[in-house]
Amino acid sequence: MNYSKKIVFCILIICLSGLSAFSHDLKVTEKVLPNGLKILLKEERKAPVVTFQIWYKVGSRNEALGKTGMSHLLEHMMFKGAKKYGPKQFSQMVQKNGGNDNAFTSKDYTAYFENFASDRIEISLDLESDRMQGLLLEPREFLSEQKVVKEERRMRYEDDPTSTMVEQMMATAFMAHPYQWPVIGWMADLGNIARDDLFNHYKTYYAPNNATIVAVGDFETKKLLPLIEKYFGAIPRGPDVSAVGAVEPKQLGERRIIVKKEAELPAVFAGYKTPNLKHPDSYALDVLQGILSSGKSSRLYASLVYEKQLALYAGGEYDNITNDPNLFYVYAGVMPGKTTEEVEKALYAEIEKLKTEPVTDEELRKAKNQIEAGFIMGQDSVFFQAMLLGRHETVASWKMLEKYLAGIRAVTKDDIKRVAKEYFFEDNRTVGILVPVKK
Amino acid sequence: MRNKERIINQVIRLVTAITLVAVPIIAKADGPLGKRIPLKNGMILLLSEKHDIPMVTVNMALKAGNTAEPQDKPGLASLTASLLMQGTTKRTASRINREIDFIGGSLSVSGGDDFASASLRVLKKDVKTGMDLLSDVLMNPAFDQREIDRTVKEALAEIQRQKEEPETVASEAFAKAVFGKHPYGITSDDVAAYLPKLARQDLLDFYRQHYGPNNTIIAVVGDVKEKEIIALLNGYFKDWKRAEQPVQPSPAPPKVDRTTVLKLEKNITQANIVMGRIGISRQDPDYYAVSIMNYILGGGGFTSRLMDNIRDNRGLAYDVHSMFSARKEPGAFSVRIQTKNESANEVISETLKEIGRIRSEPVSDKELADAKAYLTGSFALRMDTSAKIAGILTSIEIYNLGLDYPQKYPAIIQAVTREDLLRVAKKYLDPDRMVIVVVANQEKAKLKR
Repeated sequence: MNYSKKIVFCILIICLSGLSAFSHDLKVTEKVLPNGLKILLKEERKAPVVTFQIWYKVGSRNEALGKTGMSHLLEHMMFKGAKKYGPKQFSQMVQKNGGNDNAFTSKDYTAYFENFASDRIEISLDLESDRMQGLLLEPREFLSEQKVVKEERRMRYEDDPTSTMVEQMMATAFMAHPYQWPVIGWMADLGNIARDDLFNHYKTYYAPNNATIVAVGDFETKKLLPLIEKYFGAIPRGPDVSAVGAVEPKQLGERRIIVKKEAELPAVFAGYKTPNLKHPDSYALDVLQGILSSGKSSRLYASLVYEKQLALYAGGEYDNITNDPNLFYVYAGVMPGKTTEEVEKALYAEIEKLKTEPVTDEELRKAKNQIEAGFIMGQDSVFFQAMLLGRHETVASWKMLEKYLAGIRAVTKDDIKRVAKEYFFEDNRTVGILVPVKK
Repeated sequence: MRNKERIINQVIRLVTAITLVAVPIIAKADGPLGKRIPLKNGMILLLSEKHDIPMVTVNMALKAGNTAEPQDKPGLASLTASLLMQGTTKRTASRINREIDFIGGSLSVSGGDDFASASLRVLKKDVKTGMDLLSDVLMNPAFDQREIDRTVKEALAEIQRQKEEPETVASEAFAKAVFGKHPYGITSDDVAAYLPKLARQDLLDFYRQHYGPNNTIIAVVGDVKEKEIIALLNGYFKDWKRAEQPVQPSPAPPKVDRTTVLKLEKNITQANIVMGRIGISRQDPDYYAVSIMNYILGGGGFTSRLMDNIRDNRGLAYDVHSMFSARKEPGAFSVRIQTKNESANEVISETLKEIGRIRSEPVSDKELADAKAYLTGSFALRMDTSAKIAGILTSIEIYNLGLDYPQKYPAIIQAVTREDLLRVAKKYLDPDRMVIVVVANQEKAKLKR
């Protein structure tokens, strides 16, 4: 059992009722303060709770080899004391007010959140405005937290063979772009990062003009907005953040990596370079993902796991809510007695079918129904709604969400076939294979 | 699916900084959380109407968990639950999957220690289709031999895969040592030894004996009216035959008279440590004092003593937490930690020191006040989604908490004193009668115990 907070991103969609044909009004109030801080507020009165999130436009994408993992380590240090609230006080303050708090770092963003009963939201404003500008980064706390993150890396990667393989597959897929390294950073780099490196990272990226506040829940916008201005309005604008210029060159042939590690069963991952949500093909790729992998009637499960019994698990993910183009990957865990070759071939057979035969009307309808139902059902959680707004705003614009369903509905069978041909070919593929070895 | 989520969450996307708090189920509302309605066929309906989103969430608990299975057939209960989704007399497995996927819903049945559970989520417009599918899988399972063979094969492969996970290996060894022959101690090795011998008749017998309306609680939360849902349930579950057998008492867990250390070898970088002993049941009157005591010791996320000592001050672990798994029968108290092999001794001795401290001196007034403030103040967050409300309703029925539990809860918590905490700490945390499991590279861990 794992009690660490996990945030499931499998559904990349927001929740709406009253679907209209063209775009949906998400009823979000947007305001930008003079110091550049963007604020997105959405009232949701279904439960007496509120989620407050602050999203910084910084992630492992803003790092360099030799010092990878800085954004995530800095995220940890954000709980170790600022000017007003010293070490240990953040979570104590949140919890004694009945709240939960946490944070997460990705390739493109670092976000902090508190969930509270609705009358406690001002605590978030007090805490987050304190650590946006006055982080202590005490050397003693830094040394201890550096050790904690190494333990985290051991737990998530070093002792998990499939994660190790996927980490190395990503490092192979990207040569010139920072998506090549893991968010948590390479183990040696974690030891290289100095306290002053983090301080510079903090000074560069933690400023109102590089952040978005998202609050969803039981509050009155006209009361909350002035309160946010009171706490954050006086924080000075930071220097402009320079763009990450890296561009991954076109891939010119299949890349393969083998990871030999103690493990019980082999696994196969194959990632194709695809455009992200900023590209119109993203809608067709989303629907295609559903056809391949949403539910047990989806093609990869039905074929590899159920019918052929080649795989213990199989699926596909389209990782597209990102700043820069990323991967669409398919994967499977190999059943005992079967080979990675058989499984890999079966994965590609399903990919080829998408390029040569039109998907059925039922499959297309089903994938769209799943996405639309996910929209409505996701509305049940204020946290989930805020996540979607924050993620989209950080990598592109939250307004893309208002056009999302219309884009999905417009996808045709021909679109699916076309994007499959456009992106799913051998030369555009990076394959990772986990080969279990005995000690 | 579990593996998929793990990979997606941990590898590709996010890394999170803090461990969140795990708290017992509780709720808050102005009025009763829902309505308790016994149905004609004996099923107990718990209904909470919620009309803000056109969706319906259903959560069922059936007295058909591991505690119901014969001792010589470990895994039979879970396999029965898995097979319900693998085809009925009306629908093949593929058709069930296609129908639920087509409406963008979800439907699942799974095993558990005390209860098997079933859950359904559909849009309001699809509630009939959903109920049709749910009742079909529960009432008309086919137990087709090909599906049995496939499911057994998959279960065995999954058991093999889990040997890769040091925390699973440690948890299983811990459960076996604490619970012995009690069903809470069933391990995947027990299951793997039995599954090849499993016969179709075993499944039919278990199903007939334990699945039925008289053994079933159904919680419904969402956009339905009382009359409408009662009519639907009475219609779809009308012909469901009653379960024939009550659950038999389980063998008692072994007596522990000293602390034992189990060292399991694995070539890994971290020692995976699970330490603890038998705890309490959910219905134990000490439950609330234990909850507060555990919050202070190691249940309270970043503010707990264990987290403060082992992670915050020493930097020895990413996650350390303690928990009381309080169920129908006494579950385990456990502390779980991963630390680099070389730190295993230090982490074990610091944990024992914290356990010793909370048993020997009263907690501070501030610690008690903060714990109470969290437990009562986070009420609203524990019932802020339909699924959470359905889970609470089910627990209220299972543990007989009363539908006014949310209103009663703050007073129950406020009544607990420092002396109560000291008393339960002494009673349930005995550092001289513990099980300590360490899965590690033993050469590097060099355990002193």
